[in-house]
Amino acid sequence: MAVTASPERDIVATPMQRATREALYAGAIALGLFVLFIGLKTDQNISNELILVQRWGLLAIVVVLTMAGRFLYVAYGQPFLANQKIVDVATGLLPESVATRFFRLPYFLAAIVTVAVLVFLAGPLDGLLGPGLAGYARFLRALAIIYALASVLFYFRTFIHAHFSALGITALTLYPVIVVLVLALYGGSVAAGFQGSLKWVDNFGIQILIYVMLAWGLNIVVGLAGLLDLGYVAFYAVGAYAYALLGTHYGLSFWILLPAAGAMAAFWGVMLGFPVLRLRGDYLAIVTLAFGEIIRLVIINWREVTNGSAGISGIPKVSFFGLISFNVSDPNYIAKVFDIATSSAYYKIFLYYLILGLCLLTAFVTIRLRRMPVGRAWEALREDEIACRSLGINTTTTKLTAFATGAMFGGFAGSFFAARQGFVSPESFIFLESAIILAIVVLGGMGSLVGIAVAAMVMIGGTEVLRELDFLKQVFGPDFTPELYRMLLFGMAMVIVMLWKPRGFVGSREPTAFLKESRAVAGSFTKEGHG
Amino acid sequence: MSDVSSIQKANPGMNDAILQVEHLSMKFGGLVAIGDLSFQARRGEITALIGPNGAGKTTVFNCITGFYKPSEGMLTLNRRDGSSYLLERLPNHEIPARAKVARTFQNIRLFSGMTLLENLLVAQHNKLMKASGYTILGLFGFSGYRKASAESIDLARHWLEKADLVDRADDPAGDLPYGAQRRLEIARAMCTGPELLCLDEPAAGLNPKESMALNALLMDIKDNTGTSILLIEHDMAVVMQISDHVVVLEYGRKISDGSPQAVRTDPRVIAAYLGVEDEDVETVLTEVGDEDVIEQLDTGPDSAHGPGTSSSYLAGPVTDTVGHSEGERVTVSKGASKAEQVDARSSAAASKAASPAAAKQPSAAKSSAAKPATKAPVKPKTPGASNRRGGRK
Amino acid sequence: MQYFVQQLINGLTLGSIYGLIAIGYTMVYGIIGMINFAHGDIFMIGAFAALIVFLILGALFYSLPVVIALLVMMIVAMLLTSMYNWTIEKVAYRPLRGSFRLAPLITAIGMSIALSNFVQVTQGPRNKPVPPMVSKVYNIEGISVSLKQIIIVLVTIVLLALFWYLVNKTSLGRAQRACEQDRKMAALLGIDVDRTISITFIMGAALAAVAGTLFLMYYGVVVFSDGFTPGVKAFTAAVLGGIGSLPGAVLGGLMIGFIESMWSAYFSIDYKDVAAFSILAIVLIFLPSGILGRPEVEKV
Repeated sequence: MAVTASPERDIVATPMQRATREALYAGAIALGLFVLFIGLKTDQNISNELILVQRWGLLAIVVVLTMAGRFLYVAYGQPFLANQKIVDVATGLLPESVATRFFRLPYFLAAIVTVAVLVFLAGPLDGLLGPGLAGYARFLRALAIIYALASVLFYFRTFIHAHFSALGITALTLYPVIVVLVLALYGGSVAAGFQGSLKWVDNFGIQILIYVMLAWGLNIVVGLAGLLDLGYVAFYAVGAYAYALLGTHYGLSFWILLPAAGAMAAFWGVMLGFPVLRLRGDYLAIVTLAFGEIIRLVIINWREVTNGSAGISGIPKVSFFGLISFNVSDPNYIAKVFDIATSSAYYKIFLYYLILGLCLLTAFVTIRLRRMPVGRAWEALREDEIACRSLGINTTTTKLTAFATGAMFGGFAGSFFAARQGFVSPESFIFLESAIILAIVVLGGMGSLVGIAVAAMVMIGGTEVLRELDFLKQVFGPDFTPELYRMLLFGMAMVIVMLWKPRGFVGSREPTAFLKESRAVAGSFTKEGHG
Repeated sequence: MSDVSSIQKANPGMNDAILQVEHLSMKFGGLVAIGDLSFQARRGEITALIGPNGAGKTTVFNCITGFYKPSEGMLTLNRRDGSSYLLERLPNHEIPARAKVARTFQNIRLFSGMTLLENLLVAQHNKLMKASGYTILGLFGFSGYRKASAESIDLARHWLEKADLVDRADDPAGDLPYGAQRRLEIARAMCTGPELLCLDEPAAGLNPKESMALNALLMDIKDNTGTSILLIEHDMAVVMQISDHVVVLEYGRKISDGSPQAVRTDPRVIAAYLGVEDEDVETVLTEVGDEDVIEQLDTGPDSAHGPGTSSSYLAGPVTDTVGHSEGERVTVSKGASKAEQVDARSSAAASKAASPAAAKQPSAAKSSAAKPATKAPVKPKTPGASNRRGGRK
Repeated sequence: MQYFVQQLINGLTLGSIYGLIAIGYTMVYGIIGMINFAHGDIFMIGAFAALIVFLILGALFYSLPVVIALLVMMIVAMLLTSMYNWTIEKVAYRPLRGSFRLAPLITAIGMSIALSNFVQVTQGPRNKPVPPMVSKVYNIEGISVSLKQIIIVLVTIVLLALFWYLVNKTSLGRAQRACEQDRKMAALLGIDVDRTISITFIMGAALAAVAGTLFLMYYGVVVFSDGFTPGVKAFTAAVLGGIGSLPGAVLGGLMIGFIESMWSAYFSIDYKDVAAFSILAIVLIFLPSGILGRPEVEKV
């Protein structure tokens, strides 16, 4: 972890001296912080007693890396970043940005060639390189693909920016099709395409979209109405358990239970809303957090109904409005109806479109509501509650509708989650989930649907990618599990992104009405609410 | 800027009270912010509420608009359609919604991250809420809501034009210069369709040009919408120019009430409001050029009562705050209230110069104004002041 | 009655630990107005540091008086957590000071996630049990009071007294209170605000480290995720007492401790946390700024 020393003292020193000194500071601090935690490891021996394992080598590596990182940042990173802001005297232009230097046509072509070579010669290369190096080759391939895609995005950035929503929705709609097609081409058969798509559609697609939906729901409460809610996961839990319990006990269909779960979550939203109406800021935060914990603890302890920590399994699958089923045993199973090969991918793809539809519904309702009096009242409430009251707005009902609407979408997402997993347990509804959802809302830029979607993609997608980095096992040995570092990196990413963009990816706000032209409102004008 | 007579012509027979404040008291713990205040604001008029800093003007506003619940007293609002509301019983947000009282704030409260237009649309919340069938119908795009929505934008545009802000309609409110923010706040309040508009220091911090524009806007509101205005203001130019009726507060009590002319010549008002050193009162009055008042004040310093050494707002209401339980007397420290000093001085002069009978004369309109204000003895004043001139010279 | 007194003692012990952590929350909140979500994990770091020091001492010395061992554990844990909190403040909170209010909250949550996972990665995800350090139990008229409990309460009292002296009687405490009232004005009067804030974080961390050591001694086990629940409870305590108020934090901690032990004793142990949280919600409905908190005046 790098540490900033106060810059005032360093005016005289050259960057190199400064960097050296900063690196030494950083090293000393890193040593202090890590000496007990990395240098020593508590472990259990055979007789189950705690013993200490010494890892001084690892400690040295970490400290040296910290020092090197700090040195490079102070010596090269800071001057470089500072230069980026200085206008060239001769030309009057800002220097080339990092991006334009990074994304260049030759690099792009090189990346395309690399991808082509690695894909088409995958078989022979694997044999040639052996399993160890083949892992690196695959990693290189992934990097090249990501670079090529990023280059495309960069070259068309103005076009993409102008048509972001339309392009985004198109891309999301086509995503499973593209995944299946690419994998089918690669694997040589349609069945392989479907089979291979499971991971991409389920782990990435559905997972990210659930978080997008949850974050969009919470956005109504936090981003629009400015009420800090740290217990949003409670509504997610209510929705999930509503579907799980009613679906397993009464066999009701998903399509009946989806609105029911939403209504139930909305009801709980109002129940939470009432006591916290008078509370502000951090008092509101702790009560919502407590509410989330209460719901989770009740689920754990009310064993007769919820089956406690063991959870509820065997939750019925969603059907296509009862017409097409995804249970292999049913007569109207999709493979039988269309007379195609049996595959579990159909259900995942169906779920993908279902959650995509729910997300679009959330977005549609949010956009509509923002342009209606209630939505404007939410935003006005965030800006100034007293002024709201002076204009005759009933702040009580306005807050409650915000809680209820946000909760409702949480409930929808919850029942979808239960249907997708087929199993719910209190484990899925811990505070961390609330924190992640809130982080996505804030990182995305409060109130901005696009920003939030991007933040969900980066944060959730980014941590999912860590599961894919198997080649690291070849670097750090077979015991190394990149997944373990998932949440560590997630937490650090939260800090870094926030430091980099305190207002989130999209700091500005779209007005809901205009006379002549709609101009985005800069983030510095919007308030964050008292909650 | 039209003169007073034309306004009265424009609103014939509208002189019934839109707002009646009766025996209003507001206590914060032991501190009496307002003590037994009564006044009326007449329909179609601009009533100004003035007084030195800390006189409790904003507290009166907060009681009227429901941000504070008064400790005692009755606030009656009579709407044009004949219905009356007891404001102290209405919840905060229903005062603008049902009793049609709108207000602005001393330290401007705009929705700074929303555009000007949005600010004005938020002000039409209740109307639009109904039109949108409490969101449900609007969500499905019913035409009724779309029509109401278009109308609300037209109304907003109307008020933006009035406030001379239509060019900036799509800018964030927080981006406006100060004076424009003041006007926008008034425009926003007007978008609620109020019958009584309460403005808390609308001219504060404005330059003379902006101040003129503000006057024009207020006169326009008064003339064309029939909205009555209750105004707190320190800028005497604004008050004297546009108000029809002035109520003067000091330490939460009314010390004067009447037309701008009458109030301007009230010595107690001058002493209290200007908050000058006692010795300077005369100078000020000379500057004001009111001979009559100078005559009244022209007495020797009263050793028993003063001279106070501080201006009135510095002589804080410390002793004013001593425990108030039921039926207790409010004591005011000596020298705290300029108005009382003037009263005291004139009565002292009266007793010096005139016979005791003169002191028993019924007090004139000015001193009656002070009657409900304090329990500290109101010194009767003699109108016959001409013979006092010699007393000093 | 005996049972009641017994529960009272249990509650007092628990409440002392919560109170020590709660002070860290309330001080940071008082001075920079943010919820330091990572504080619970600082507590956990403290407990882990104490555990590691305990193991080191066990490896180095054949036998060592318990008091000295505890003292060494506490001091090392205090130093270490102070360093952690100081670094975190510098890296994650200071750059965001004065910006968007939710930003430091998010970095704090990020830090909390990073810290607990850092310990999970470096120390492993399993429970870490230690052999009992202090096992003596006194029996007074049917009420059993363990030495552990006495140590906890005594240490808490001593620390609180020391702490009270620091905040109320020293120039450092004055600087802190000045920063709390008005940071800009304090800076104009020559108070080094950055330093004062750093020291506040250090003091909070030191108290959390003591709480962590006592926690380890009392329960004899610690795991990487242990920061969350005591952290949230202590935060609840701070809010219950009125966030920003130091006596409030202690009072809140004791209340949460009592509620938990009483509820477990007389009702159901399963729902003790539910009871604590519900009482928080109920208290805040009637006292929206906590028990000893300054009521927030709505300035119109």
